[in-house]
Amino acid sequence: MNDLSTSSQITYRAVPIRPGAIRRIRGLSDQALAWLFITPTIVLLLAINIFPLVWTIYLSFTNYRANRPNAPTLWLGTDWYQSILTDPDIWAAMQVTAHFVVWTVLIETVLGFGLAFLIDKKFRGHGLWTTIILLPMMLSPAVVGNFWTFLYQPQIGLFNYVVAFFTGRGASSFQMLGDVTLSPWAIVIVDAWMWTPYVMLICLAGLRSIPDYIYEAAEVDRASNWRQFWSITLPMALPFIMLAVLFRGIENFKMFDMVNLLTGGGPGSTTEVASITLKRAAFESWRTGYSSAFAIILFVTVFGLANIYVKALNRVKSR
Amino acid sequence: MSASNAAHSVVEPSTGTRRFAGLLVVLYAIITMVPLIWIVLTSFKSPDDAISYPPKVLFKPSLEGYCNVFTTRSRQTQEFIQTLGPPQGLCDNIARSRNMVVAGPSNYVPRFINSLIIAFGSTVLAVALGTLSAYGFSRFRVPLKDDLLFFILSTRMMPPIAVAIPIYLMYRTVGLSDTRLGMILLYTSVNVSLAVWLLKGFIDEIPREYEEAAMIDGYTRFQAFVKVVLPQATTGIAATAIFCLIFAWNEYAFAVLLTSGNAQTAPPFIPIIIGEGGQDWPAVAAGTTIFLVPIVVFTVLLRKHLLRGITFGAVRK
Repeated sequence: MNDLSTSSQITYRAVPIRPGAIRRIRGLSDQALAWLFITPTIVLLLAINIFPLVWTIYLSFTNYRANRPNAPTLWLGTDWYQSILTDPDIWAAMQVTAHFVVWTVLIETVLGFGLAFLIDKKFRGHGLWTTIILLPMMLSPAVVGNFWTFLYQPQIGLFNYVVAFFTGRGASSFQMLGDVTLSPWAIVIVDAWMWTPYVMLICLAGLRSIPDYIYEAAEVDRASNWRQFWSITLPMALPFIMLAVLFRGIENFKMFDMVNLLTGGGPGSTTEVASITLKRAAFESWRTGYSSAFAIILFVTVFGLANIYVKALNRVKSR
Repeated sequence: MSASNAAHSVVEPSTGTRRFAGLLVVLYAIITMVPLIWIVLTSFKSPDDAISYPPKVLFKPSLEGYCNVFTTRSRQTQEFIQTLGPPQGLCDNIARSRNMVVAGPSNYVPRFINSLIIAFGSTVLAVALGTLSAYGFSRFRVPLKDDLLFFILSTRMMPPIAVAIPIYLMYRTVGLSDTRLGMILLYTSVNVSLAVWLLKGFIDEIPREYEEAAMIDGYTRFQAFVKVVLPQATTGIAATAIFCLIFAWNEYAFAVLLTSGNAQTAPPFIPIIIGEGGQDWPAVAAGTTIFLVPIVVFTVLLRKHLLRGITFGAVRK
């Protein structure tokens, strides 16, 4: 993902010092100062990110259980990995996760790009309305999960009332969070509500980065609006759209908070995404070794997919 | 998309197009705001109004939800309440009308204070560490710079649950589990990656000639950093701080897995505010509304920097 940053492309060398100034410079050398500045961050990340990761890798080869710290730890080799990769329940959870990732990212991208396209028309007051639209993504998932649970209440919730009002169905005839077919969509709706603004913001930056002279040239060539959209707007904004898809994809692959709050994985296991399976194994049945192996599998998957995707993104960018 | 008039410049959409686009966006904004407005309205309803069907848009405002979120109450007999003196304050008054008396403050305040301490503590640490590292990465030749920067970013790709298991074990061993310090350190480590990436972008934009000039005037490199670069980077540092604050303020997954009583923040607590006889929705809504206020203020303050902040500076406006 490093390649995405515009800033990291530039490699700076140490600041050239004019010859006359060298005498006057006191204190630490630049190299010492650089390490002094960078080391604390690296140490913190090593302690709270890398050390736990290495520990997870170690635990994934053992039968350790966090609720029985004094039991002897047996080395199991790759047993957990084999049992996880051949477990149909795990594959079902991965399918549920994939379903969420695909639908949320698709809906958010279409809506987000559409909104950005409209806002880019610079109607009166677009700044104010943009800020208002951005609010949902700034909220805590806990708070969002919370009040959507309230909106989805079958007897008293606003969502059911509105749907009943427009469709004529009884408001308590369906339960968004308790129904096998509806509950996955209940979560997709909330995620799209919360994160469409995020995609919109990135797409808006993409649209604003297209220089005006390209459209002027197209107008001289008498290209239709439709043609301009397909040949200029969409291709020029594509790297930004892909970036938004990448960030949303990674986030939704890890999706935990919204599901945990809205359905807790139920009804049955219809909304049981990978993170929920992992939480159950790790913090409810305390199968630490098993859940560590699953965590590593998830991390490798998201890391691998993200890397492949970034390669594609860079190819689009360099076109 | 109406056909653009040839008389207008292409880059300036026609008035009709603008109006139509504006209409659609405003419509979306209103629909997207309904859940938020609804929760704020609910926080001012009485428990009966909150669960009435059809949902009430017009109602008699009540502060019962706010009282319930800040106090614990105990049910008393009418005879006992008669023997008490006059109600002390608004909440006592409301409680007595439901045959209850205020027994003391609720757990919401300590949870809220935990949120404040943990969010501000981790923000200060993350911004301090991030500023130093960002300056280091921006100005000096660091071996494996790109790899280090990528490593810092990749720490954000881990699912929180995956890291939570060993952190839980680690904290249990060193005595940091369910402590504010433990949560501050954890959130700092999550935020520092964002801080480094964002601040590096901001510091890259400050011309290095300023420091050179200062050093020629006899400042050391460190003095030049403190007296020249830091003041120039104030806006960037402030924006980064608010992003870190929002993250730590909103974080839910680590909080729900790693804290239980002592260091629990408000996000995992709000959903479990239970009243007598089921969920006390006005109280939950009140707890939520209070929790929303700082975020709304920050969003308005941040709108110029939002894009940079949510994309780690990978996209700039």
